[in-house]
This record gives sequence, C-alpha cells and structure tokens, in this order.
Amino acid sequence: MKPTFMWKLWLLLCVSVFALGGCAASSAVDQAKNENQNDSSSAGKEGDVVKVGILHSLSGTMAISEVSLRDAELMAIEEINASGGLLGKKIEPIVEDGASDWPTFAEKAKKLLQKDQVAAIFGGWTSASRKAMLPVVEQNNGLLWYPVQYEGMESSPNIFYTGATTNQQIVPAVSWLLKNRGKTFFLLGSDYVFPRTANKIIKAQLKAEGGQVVGEEYTPLGHTDYSTIISKIKQVKPAVVFNTLNGDSNVAFFKQLKDAGITPKDVTVMSVSIAEEEIRGIGPDVLAGHLAVWNYFQTTDTPENKAFVQKYKEKYGQDRVTDDPIEAAYTAVHLWAEAVKKAGSFDVDQVKKAAAGLEYKAPEGTVKIDGETQHLWKTVRIGEIQADGQFKELWNSGQPVKPDPYLKSYPWGKGLSE
Amino acid sequence: MLIDQLFNGLSVGSILLLIAIGLAITFGLMGVINMAHGELMMVGAYTTYVIQQIFAHHAPQSAGMYFVIAIPSSFLIAALLGWGLEKSLIRHLYHRPLDSLLATWGISLILQQTARLIFGAPNVAVVPPSWLDGGIHLFGAVFPYKRLFILCLVLVIVFFLYMYLTKTRAGRRIQAVTMNRPMAACLGIATPKVDAYSFAIGSGLAGVAGCALTLLGPIGPTIGTYYIVDAFMVVILGGVGKLAGTMVGAFGIGLISTFVEYSTSATIAKVIVFVLIIAFLQWKPSGLLRLRTRSLD
Repeated sequence: MKPTFMWKLWLLLCVSVFALGGCAASSAVDQAKNENQNDSSSAGKEGDVVKVGILHSLSGTMAISEVSLRDAELMAIEEINASGGLLGKKIEPIVEDGASDWPTFAEKAKKLLQKDQVAAIFGGWTSASRKAMLPVVEQNNGLLWYPVQYEGMESSPNIFYTGATTNQQIVPAVSWLLKNRGKTFFLLGSDYVFPRTANKIIKAQLKAEGGQVVGEEYTPLGHTDYSTIISKIKQVKPAVVFNTLNGDSNVAFFKQLKDAGITPKDVTVMSVSIAEEEIRGIGPDVLAGHLAVWNYFQTTDTPENKAFVQKYKEKYGQDRVTDDPIEAAYTAVHLWAEAVKKAGSFDVDQVKKAAAGLEYKAPEGTVKIDGETQHLWKTVRIGEIQADGQFKELWNSGQPVKPDPYLKSYPWGKGLSE
Repeated sequence: MLIDQLFNGLSVGSILLLIAIGLAITFGLMGVINMAHGELMMVGAYTTYVIQQIFAHHAPQSAGMYFVIAIPSSFLIAALLGWGLEKSLIRHLYHRPLDSLLATWGISLILQQTARLIFGAPNVAVVPPSWLDGGIHLFGAVFPYKRLFILCLVLVIVFFLYMYLTKTRAGRRIQAVTMNRPMAACLGIATPKVDAYSFAIGSGLAGVAGCALTLLGPIGPTIGTYYIVDAFMVVILGGVGKLAGTMVGAFGIGLISTFVEYSTSATIAKVIVFVLIIAFLQWKPSGLLRLRTRSLD
C-alpha cells in the first residue's frame, strides 16, 4: 500500500514542479506567440512573415533585468509591423528563455538560427551569455544584436553592440571624476569578468592621468554583507568609490553604506550598473546624491525619448520606467530594420554591409553604426540620482563618441587587450 | 578600528544566527534537509513589503510603525506555509533525507517562481522605518541602529526559544521527540502533531529572519539562495540538534570571517572560513556541541 501512495505523491510533486517552474517563462512565450499568430494571420500566409529571435533570461537570477528588454524589443517590432512591416513582410518574434544559464543561451541561439531560421537575434545581458552565443552565431553566420554596456575587448563580425563599450562609459567617467571629485579611487566590484576587466582599465587610466587607487575589493556574486568593506572605505577615505557591483549586492552595499553614516558628500559612489530599473529595487532614498554613467536616462530631453517613454508606459503600465539597456534594446530592433530596408534584403551579409555608417535618431539622440567594430557612436552622460528615482544630468559629451572597444586611441590602452 | 570590526563580526554573527535558527529546528532537531528554508525567508521579506504597501496606502501618518506589525505577520505567514508543507509533503519523507532534499528543493523553485508571478521579476524596495535610521557614535565608531536592532532581535528570539523548549510542555515534547522518537510515542506523545508544530515554528522563524533582513539586504524572488548555504553551514558546524551550538557557530563564523575579510578580501575570507569548517568537522564530525541521547542510531 504505502509504496504506491508514495509514487503518486512523487508524480504529483514532479508534475507541479515542472508546471509551475516553467510557468512564468512559458506564459511570456505564449503571450508573444499569441500576438504573432494574430499578426501573421492578418498578414496572410507563412511566406509573408520574417522571423526574428528574442533571447533573454525570463527566469532565474537575471530575469530581474532582462524581462524589460524583451518588452522593449516586442514594442519596437510592433511599431514596425504597425507601419507596414519590413520589405512587405510582418516581423514575427520568437521569444526564447535563456533561463540565466549560459549553455542554455548557446543552445537556444542554435535552435533559433537552425530550426527557426531567424533573420536576427536580439538578446543577452551578461557577458557570459554573449560569449556563449558568440561561437554559435559565428558558425551559423547569424546576426546577434547585444544591447548592454560591457567590458569591451571584443568585436565579432556577427554581433552588433548597441550598448556602450568602455570608452563610452567608464573612461569618460573616470576623467570627469578626476577633474570634479578628486584623485583617490576605491574600486569595488563583483568577482567576475566585467568588474575585473573594467578595473584593469581604470587602473591604467588613473596611472596615466594622475589618479591613485587606494583600495580594490571584489565580492562574490550575491554577497550581502558589506560591513567590513565599508570599514575599509572609512579608513582610507577615498574621494570616489567606483562601483562595478552587479545585481542584488548593490542593494546591500548602498543600504549599509547609508547606515554607516557615509553620505554622498563624504564619498561619491559612481556606478556603472545602476539604472532607473535598479533604483526602484534598491530604493531611491539610499541612492539619492550618488552618480551613475550611461548613454541614456529616462529624463534625457529629446522628442524621440518623450514619445518612447510615453509609449512604453502606456503599453506596460505607468509604474514602469525606461533605462539605458531598455533603450538600447529598442534601438537595436529599429537599427536592424533600417539596415534591412537599406539593403533591400534579409541576408546577413547584405544587412551588415548596409548597416555600416547607418544613422538613426534614437531616444538617446543620434546614434551611428561604426562599420569597422559594429559598435555604436553614443553620447556619454553622467547623472545624479534624485529622490524620485530619476537622474539629473550633470554632464554629457556633447556629441556621440566613436566606439573604441580595444582602447587603441589611448596611449595607456596598449597592452590591455591581451 | 578594532571596535568597528568586533562590532561588525558580532553583527554578521547575529545575521547568521537569525537565518540559521529556524533551520536549527527543522534540520537540527527534526532532521529534514529543508532546501526551501531560504524561500521561507523570502516569504517573510515579501510579507514585510506587502505590509509596508498597505501602511503607505491606508495609514501614511503612521507608516514608520509598519515594521512592528511586519515581524509577527512574517512569522505567522511563514509558519502557516511551513505547517501546510509539513502536512502535505514533508511528513511522508521523514527518515528519507535524500528524498526530502529533492522535494524541498522543488518546493523552493515553486516558491521562487510564484513570487516572480505575483511581484514581478525585479526586486522590490522596502523603505526601512525612519526610527531605525542612523546610529550611535561611540569611540570613533558608528553602530548603526539597524544592526543593533537585529542583534537584539536575535537575542530575544533565542531567549524565547530556549524558554519555550525547556520550560513549556509543548517545547519539552519537541525535545522528547528529538531525543528518542519511539520512546516518546510510547509515552503517549502525538509525534505527528509535534512534528507539524516544530516545522511551523522553524518556518516562522525563517519568516522573521526574512523580515529583519529587509533592513540590510535586497528583496527579490531569489534572495533565499544567498542565505541557504550559510544557514546550513552554521547548523552543521554548531552540531545538529543543539541550539547552543548553532549560537556559538554563528558568532564564531561571523567574527572569524569579518577579521579574515578585513586583512584579505571577501572571496578569500569565504574560502578560509569554509576550509576551517571542513578541517574542524574532520576533527569533530558531530560539530561544536554533540547531542547526547540514549537512542540507538
């Protein structure tokens, strides 16, 4: 008697785990699928659609950031379809869940390219997910649009990078801090590739431009106690803490920094991974007065941005916010569409050729695709976090900055790319 | 600086004790490898968030008092959930540690995804009550009120738990079942009932930990995963089945890791603490304090 009962129980448990575990991801996918079905039925037969892949983490740790990118990309696709589609075809998005797991990203990218034959993939957030997809898109001659700022030192012929590389975010921020806040830097980051590479660059730059590193600390991902590191910061009294922490650690760090009685007046914290979306989860009360560097803020004053923010909020809710990666994801879809129109074809090689030098009026201002590196020319902006969770822009570069992922144009940048 | 670090060590220790104390009951006393312990903390954290939202909407003038309500509510909701889990699933898995490990891990995934469906994937913000802002300045060091509050909260919880387990009939029944289940059953103790209550109390304490940690850390669907390893580490080091061991273990790890981290780095400190614990368990496999019973294992 007993074993049979236990078997039933196990079965029930397994079924419920799978059903519920996959629920959020699949519901998002279903939603997208339903939308496509409507789209494709209005467009007519199978031959009248062009498929694109959307590959972000919709479950797991990174879902926190990546779900919004999917939303922005779907919105851009909807806009293009509403204005008549591309080369007479409707775009059909195929949404896949990378599940915050890097091998899954590679596997799904392969599926999108080989089985679904998508014309382009929009996806990724972490560098690890990009590096997992890179060999897949190169082998299959696919096209990946990657929308997040990253550590540079890469330019794959099959990837377009619509987020900032280091010379459009970190390098100008360091120069600005040296001029406006002081010479002593404390480097704090999560212990993985982006912060370590970023800090290597910062150290080389500080050495060349007369700054000084007074501390360098890395904490494991998901670290939640910063009392000791805050003690160290208090002891060395730096002018600036350059923060490359990722994800939830930021919440713990900023809450505990404020509790320790350190205000932005004592020490400025400059962050590179905190945007409007993250501010909501950390709480603007503990962040107000600290700085961040990006290419776009929700408050950026362009007519394109006003329309973008309004549309995004109308579609996804008034409480939602836009931020730099969301804008870069949205822009990526439109840039791809422009390149396709210019090429008159969905063929990857022709689209790539057409994309070189392409200009587009994005919400962040005019961006231009650099043909050589396949990165974007972007305007750099430094903003101060306000009590309402938005940024007040303190400085911008005035014009788009040429991307230089290998920092070849800086005399101190030699030897960093090894 | 020494005072600063001493306080930090005690504070880290108190946080470890807070996250481990519920587990000390469910794992330590009852022997259930409860992988969903961290998610019960998450439930407590989200309860705190919901209560804060309710206060912000309906009683903004007394918004600072939400925390006083949030602690018992977190306990009740997490305890209720724990009780339901025990009744529906875990009671079928006693004496099958590997099965209970897998089953509770499954539950942890279900709870994470449920939180994501209800509250969305991004973190939510809990604004700590203003009466816990700031800290005491003493001997050139700052003692933040929030850390002091957590330290006191833990001591109060330990005190009450100790009184409950040793001075009340219900608590002594839990101890009797822990020490010798068949004998306790023979003497007329309804062991299934005791199991359900113990599990509910352990889960409730996880809820309180989740509530208190909103003061210092993030609130999101995956926060449980940040604390679960530390919680098990403390209970195993302390000695399974001994609350006092859990306490010594928590403060020991807290102090050692803070001082090691101060002279090295956070990653190295974690490594060294793990190495020390493994070495210690080689020397004393049953942990700091050993449970002495007359039952035959």
